[in-house]
Amino acid sequence: MTLRTAKGGRIDRTRAISFTFDGQRCQGFAGDTLASALLANGVHLVNRSFKYHRPRGIVSAGAEEPNALVTVIRDAARHTPNLRATQVELYDGLVAESQHRWPSLKFDVGAVTSLLSPFIPAGFYNKTFMWPRSAWKALYEPPIRKAAGLGIAPKLPDPDRYAQQFVHCDVLVVGAGPAGLAAALEAAAAGARVILCDEQQELGGSLLAERDASVEGQPVATWLESAVKTLGANPRVRLLPRTTAFGYFPHNHIGLCERITDHLASPGSQQPRERMWQVRAREVVLTTGAIERPLIFPGNDRPGVMLAGAGRTYANRYGTKVGERAVIVAGSDAAYAAALDLAAAGVTIVAIADVRTGNDGPAASAARAAGLPISTGNTVLGTTGKLHVSGIRLGRVASDGTVVPSVTHACDVVLMSGGYTPSVHLHSQSRGKLAWDDAFGGFVPAAAAERTRSAGNCRGVSGLAATLGDGAAAGAAAATAAGFAATGRTYAAQTLDADIRGTPGALAQPATPVPPAKAFVDFQNDVTTRDIALAQREGFESIEHIKRYTTTGMATDQGKTSGLNALAMVAASSDRRIPDVGLTTYRMPYTPVTFGSFAGVARGDQFDPVRKTPSHEWAVARGGVFEDVGLWKRTRFFPVGGENMHAAVDRECLAVRNSVGMFDASTLGKIEVVGKDAAEFLNRFYVNNWSSLAPGRARYGILLRDDGFVYDDGVIGRLAADRFHVTTTTGGAARVFGMMEDYLQTEWTDLSVWITSTTEQWAVVAVQGPKARDVLAKLVTGIDLSPAALPHMAIANGEICGVPLMLFRVSFSGELGFEVNVPADYGTMVWEAIHAAGQEFGITPYGTEAMHVLRAEKGYIIVGQDTDGTMTPDDAGVAWAIGKTKPDFIGKRGLTRPALTAPGRKQLVGLETIDPKVVLEEGAQVVDAPNRPIPFPMIGYVTSSYRSAALGRSIAMAAVANGRARMGETIWVAMPGGDIPVKVVSPVFYDPQGARINV
Amino acid sequence: MLLIECPYCGPRPELEFAYGGQAHIARPADPSKASDQEWLEFLYLRDNTRGLFAERWRHARGCGRFFNAIRDTTTDHFVVTYKAGEARPAPTAGGAR
Repeated sequence: MTLRTAKGGRIDRTRAISFTFDGQRCQGFAGDTLASALLANGVHLVNRSFKYHRPRGIVSAGAEEPNALVTVIRDAARHTPNLRATQVELYDGLVAESQHRWPSLKFDVGAVTSLLSPFIPAGFYNKTFMWPRSAWKALYEPPIRKAAGLGIAPKLPDPDRYAQQFVHCDVLVVGAGPAGLAAALEAAAAGARVILCDEQQELGGSLLAERDASVEGQPVATWLESAVKTLGANPRVRLLPRTTAFGYFPHNHIGLCERITDHLASPGSQQPRERMWQVRAREVVLTTGAIERPLIFPGNDRPGVMLAGAGRTYANRYGTKVGERAVIVAGSDAAYAAALDLAAAGVTIVAIADVRTGNDGPAASAARAAGLPISTGNTVLGTTGKLHVSGIRLGRVASDGTVVPSVTHACDVVLMSGGYTPSVHLHSQSRGKLAWDDAFGGFVPAAAAERTRSAGNCRGVSGLAATLGDGAAAGAAAATAAGFAATGRTYAAQTLDADIRGTPGALAQPATPVPPAKAFVDFQNDVTTRDIALAQREGFESIEHIKRYTTTGMATDQGKTSGLNALAMVAASSDRRIPDVGLTTYRMPYTPVTFGSFAGVARGDQFDPVRKTPSHEWAVARGGVFEDVGLWKRTRFFPVGGENMHAAVDRECLAVRNSVGMFDASTLGKIEVVGKDAAEFLNRFYVNNWSSLAPGRARYGILLRDDGFVYDDGVIGRLAADRFHVTTTTGGAARVFGMMEDYLQTEWTDLSVWITSTTEQWAVVAVQGPKARDVLAKLVTGIDLSPAALPHMAIANGEICGVPLMLFRVSFSGELGFEVNVPADYGTMVWEAIHAAGQEFGITPYGTEAMHVLRAEKGYIIVGQDTDGTMTPDDAGVAWAIGKTKPDFIGKRGLTRPALTAPGRKQLVGLETIDPKVVLEEGAQVVDAPNRPIPFPMIGYVTSSYRSAALGRSIAMAAVANGRARMGETIWVAMPGGDIPVKVVSPVFYDPQGARINV
Repeated sequence: MLLIECPYCGPRPELEFAYGGQAHIARPADPSKASDQEWLEFLYLRDNTRGLFAERWRHARGCGRFFNAIRDTTTDHFVVTYKAGEARPAPTAGGAR
């Protein structure tokens, strides 16, 4: 730690901390960031640049850092890339690595791209790798991605926990610098519930980097300590350090990401790594400060060229000299404050080269009084040094604008200040307007779109006393708006109060610079002044286009240091004012946020709720293969003895056809419709006539939308005169329920009807097959199962295994069938009892795949598979269900629309391949002649296609134009391997008379 | 995430609600009397308003009730929410922030 100052700073010099960077063991102190500790060890070089692999050093001391991206490694899974070294807190044993270099940071093979750089200007990739199109993914993109890149994501799953919390407050203050502290103090004193968050480990913001300022007559550190103590002691105040407000969402919903364990040497196993706070704030105060701009000159990216304010922060806050011999390039008076503080820390100030023509602010005067060497009217022609700056070449700008070389200084650090840019990110994210402040030379918040206000540096107010007062006023205004009484206050402060304004844009250069060197606008994305000029030469005028063409501002730092400079350059070379060039959009997140904190606990099994049926565990134990149907887990088939799916499905289907099978149908949507107008409601809602349905009977119902297209279907049973049991498709349950509510609440408020979702109240076991009655007869009591007493589509109540039973005699297989409805808690027991009772008949559990085949053999449609939202009941072959005498029902008027009654509509038909072994692809297109030249008209498509064991051949259903008029015709199904001839047949392939149901 | 004032439950976060499209489009009492053009307009034609827009919401993961709201589509701020069946309140400029 050769570059530590003798004393001072907020580091704890009694607690040495060791860490490694690229395998090199180093020492730092508690309170250091990785960046400050590296600088104390004389390390500036920390990275290679994105595109040209240029050596890069630490530029800043905060969130805006464009260069110093590192990977911090705890173990194989805890391997966090792209962290800003300026924000990584040092802990004992920290392991950090530089990124994007091979084999080493000091000798990087990729740096040869720098030699090629004249050939890879902005837009190079877009222009060069255009053709052939297919080569982009396979040939061009992988090596480009590899060459240009950031850190490497860990390969292992993230082992850490991430917490999430919703919280409400009266006033949220973002940023705990002087303005934020004053705002929080004011709002809290008024009695408001306050949250004060700050991205740094310590509250205080710029106060932490002050050398000998005072507030209210106290040294700044003393005032800060008591302010934080006052806030901390207030039970209505929540202080959140290490917490970044990354996004401002509508209606004062603000996302905060709190880093809880990243700074700890050994995090507790119970601690979440991060916590995402979702704050709903009555009022917001944004005190997010301002970010210093680099100056743009050739070689401004050499390690050792830094922001002046960063040099000052490292000296005052971290007790770290950023070099021994500094040249200060001043585009703002802020540079003088840095020069004075570095001189006080023992750094030799070789020169202060002001790029402006005059300077008479308090900071410049103080520097002059301190005898620092100051000159004006300078520009910078270049820097020297390989992996670290060793000198700087200055030039003079004559009054006519010509530039001539002047002096060269040897130095080991260059500090630059182009002035400060207000951090308006969050205000802009909240859709607040921005206005150009000519006096400040920056965009500042204008009309707010939310209940928010900005204060301090982030709205162009500077000077310590003014900033504190502005913060207090904003805090008082926020508290007042939230219903508390507060008036604000003034503060007395003593400090240098350097003017932080500057002039954005590039420094003047000779017409033909010698030697030519790159001047970087955007460090992280390697965008140079030439790229911006090229984009303009090529006709890009809008800043949005220039941004995307050059990628300036599109790196992970989102142009925090580069944005305004780029705008100013575009303005200057197109003879416009900066506000006339416009501004690109600020988007969340302010700094990158981990996926983990967004995901919270919603990972793996917790990602989505899982709905399980009563037979779930039973099926798991028997090796059932599951499929997801919405959130439901449904058994697709039950393989026995190593069967594949085809074999299992064939066996399950044949069992149902020849003996008996059982199927868990609990996922069917179920809605109980009750009330004196229940029948009338269903008359209006479904196409069928429900008045004529007797209690104890069920009917197949079809639901349309008002456009006339099929929306859902299901069996509806009338339990009593005023009570119906409606079933829906598994996937349609929620939307049918919502649609019923909609019509009941908003259209037919005259009806006295209540609806209740009972999907999860009933377990349903479908028992299907010629032996179904024999199985149930062993278990059911209180119901006469005989065909006369309980015919097809009848309902009866009784008991099974001693528990209440609602028995539907229905069939979705075409066989004699029953659906056993029992209260869900008895579902597993009844399932197992039926299985046991059915053993003597060879009862076979079957899954959704066999269910699909069985219903397709019978031509029963599945809404959503055989219909697609543009099918009428007639198209789907179920127009018979429509109640012809009803005055109205949903969709009745829609069905008479010209397009729905026009000839030639697609109708559902059966298809039989000429070769019975060929199983068609679902979704395949149907054509009326084979092997026609492309393009040719499609006349339909295959909706369902299976192998039928019962029929010994393949079967399919298809929607075909004029399909029912084509019975017996041969048409073709177009496939890549050639058109397949098929015969149009009835969709009812099995037992067309329906004799098997009525036994 | 919007904060939506359910007329029955008070202000609740957007994720409890389902959007229901334009409000005050009543289903004709006797659809059979509607001309094809009228029926087409009822089915498909909706305003695409810049500014104050009356729309339906349902507190789907709350009380389940449908209600109406006037929202400024340029700012996403709600001017007022009111129960289904109530007349649309007179347009008010702007939206409460």
